[in-house]
Amino acid sequence: MKEEDKNLLSPFRRRFLQGSSALAVGSALPLSLVSASSNAQTAGQPRTLTMLAWYGHAEPDVVAEFEAKHNVKVKPKYYTGGDNMLALISQSPAGTYDLILSDAEYVPQLRKAGYLERLEAKDYAFDDYFPEFQKFPGHWDGNDLYAVMVRFGFLGVAYNTDAVPESKARSFKVYWDPAYKGKVGHFDWYLPNMGELSLYAGHKAPYKLEGDQFAKLKSVMKSLRPQVAGFFDYGGTFSGLKNGQLQLVCGIGDWITGTLARSGAKVSSVVPDEGGLQWTESLSIGKGTRNRDLANAFIQYITSAQGQVKSAKMAAYPALIPNRKGWELLGQSDPAEARRQGMVLQGHSVMDDIRSGKIVFRQLPVQQSIEDWNDFWSEYKERA
Amino acid sequence: MSSNTSRRRWPLLLPPLLWQLTFFLLPLLFLFVISFWSVVNFRLEPDMTLKNWDFMLSRSSFWSAYGHTWALALGAAVVTTCCSFPAACSLAFTVSERTRKLALMFLVVPFFTSYLVRVYSWQAFLSDNGIVNALLSLVGLDGLPMLNSDFGSLVGYVTLALPLVTLVQTMGLAQIDRNLIEAAHNLRAGPVRTLFEVIMPLAKPSLVVGALFAFILAFGDFVAPTYLGGGAPPTLSNLIIDTTKSGQQWPRAAVVAIVMILTLVVTSLAAVRLAYGRRK
Repeated sequence: MKEEDKNLLSPFRRRFLQGSSALAVGSALPLSLVSASSNAQTAGQPRTLTMLAWYGHAEPDVVAEFEAKHNVKVKPKYYTGGDNMLALISQSPAGTYDLILSDAEYVPQLRKAGYLERLEAKDYAFDDYFPEFQKFPGHWDGNDLYAVMVRFGFLGVAYNTDAVPESKARSFKVYWDPAYKGKVGHFDWYLPNMGELSLYAGHKAPYKLEGDQFAKLKSVMKSLRPQVAGFFDYGGTFSGLKNGQLQLVCGIGDWITGTLARSGAKVSSVVPDEGGLQWTESLSIGKGTRNRDLANAFIQYITSAQGQVKSAKMAAYPALIPNRKGWELLGQSDPAEARRQGMVLQGHSVMDDIRSGKIVFRQLPVQQSIEDWNDFWSEYKERA
Repeated sequence: MSSNTSRRRWPLLLPPLLWQLTFFLLPLLFLFVISFWSVVNFRLEPDMTLKNWDFMLSRSSFWSAYGHTWALALGAAVVTTCCSFPAACSLAFTVSERTRKLALMFLVVPFFTSYLVRVYSWQAFLSDNGIVNALLSLVGLDGLPMLNSDFGSLVGYVTLALPLVTLVQTMGLAQIDRNLIEAAHNLRAGPVRTLFEVIMPLAKPSLVVGALFAFILAFGDFVAPTYLGGGAPPTLSNLIIDTTKSGQQWPRAAVVAIVMILTLVVTSLAAVRLAYGRRK
């Protein structure tokens, strides 16, 4: 038995669920025989493709075309955050999710835990991708592929454009500006915040910190604490930026401010001079899927130029896309959005920021444990 | 009671017993058991280790959150009791039976809407550019920072508990024998003396139980400290969320939850003793 298979079967919960499933299948067999003929009669009935994803990825603006073409209904289970995603997967029997959309830093964890099917690289249009994204770190185990990058975005300084000039927002220093005391918010997740402030502390590899570097990061953060209004989830960050209570937010980017700006809010995001982080979302096929063909077709659809344009303009939150042909098509179909997001093939583009080394991939802590970082995050939240 | 009668009543007791066993005791037992489990590669693994208890109880952040939660819940109990009492007195003593029933019905109305929605709507009032500060500026006063503070959390707690506490207090006050109040007046006790020496001692159980409800609701609430308190400093509920986000550490979150339950059990026992203890 392969290592991932052993992992997959190890928890007694899974064995229990599998046993229960076997019983259920056994008892349902006569029924299924009866219904087989009726299924044959209703061959036009759509199949179901289950997807575990952040909100928005299975909404009509993204999946309607795929559903119509393949006579399928994409059934989403939305999560909020990588930890929530891990909890949902670990509590479900194999095959529950045909497609798993995850933040890239979680792909190696999912692979090691045996939750992902191996993919065939030749099935996907990697040649159309920018070279930087063709062999994305953590998505491959040697020559074996487990996830395909779908979209990405940058995390930097999010600010209220009426209250904060862009020139000030171009440095993380703005968080310490006395003019914004009590107006600085944190998106309540240690990973992007500590990564950004690690960049400010001068760490070129913000997640790979020696002991003294980690101590420096803590010291920098403690000096920021008196400026901080609070720690907010997605909804809290949205309302705080919208009602002007927060003028600066650390740990987010255009995925929130871009959505707010669409509705007229005076907010924007900028990658500061000290650098920014890249979040990345990738699609994998869940272990034990019974719809591998459809799942594969969906990944092909969403990574094609047309699918990438839909993904870039996704109603829930916009994003950058890794497919160069997707950029071309977006430039033709919606040049304003292409310019707004910096996905232009002529002149300065977001790829220049990546190539200049200004952007670093968000990842899990390398030298310390997740608990070490999160424990400090809880300590940091205490009163200044 | 004869043994025959007891035997006949047994089947009637079975459903509530089964209910408590299935939906309270078993989950509680499971919570207790997983507090000794380990997390390996983001997954719960059955184990018998004290490391989760040791880890959580040795963190200053845990005790800081504990103290903060306790203080906020106590504040919520006191503020809610004080805010509810005048309304409960009016409903119990000064209005007609019909008006009282109508008012009690209206007290239930807030529960028809989501608590989260009610808390979000408070943001429009409490934010720096909100309605309260706009009114203050109209009368020439400086704005006050209310949102993302302990004051904000308290407003949320009172929103949550006030209708329930007012109901409990009104029920208790309405049952006070009016003859005793009239006797106090006849003996020339003024309204204040009557209130403190007759009404409040007689209403003590409802006052204490109402305050206890407010304490319990506030102690475990996640919504108000997150959306009106700004999540900082964290309460124990916030800490549970942080802990589960930290590599799926459900066993450590279970430790926090068990400490919360124990605290509420001890507080409830103390409150019941205070409410129903014999008067000297």
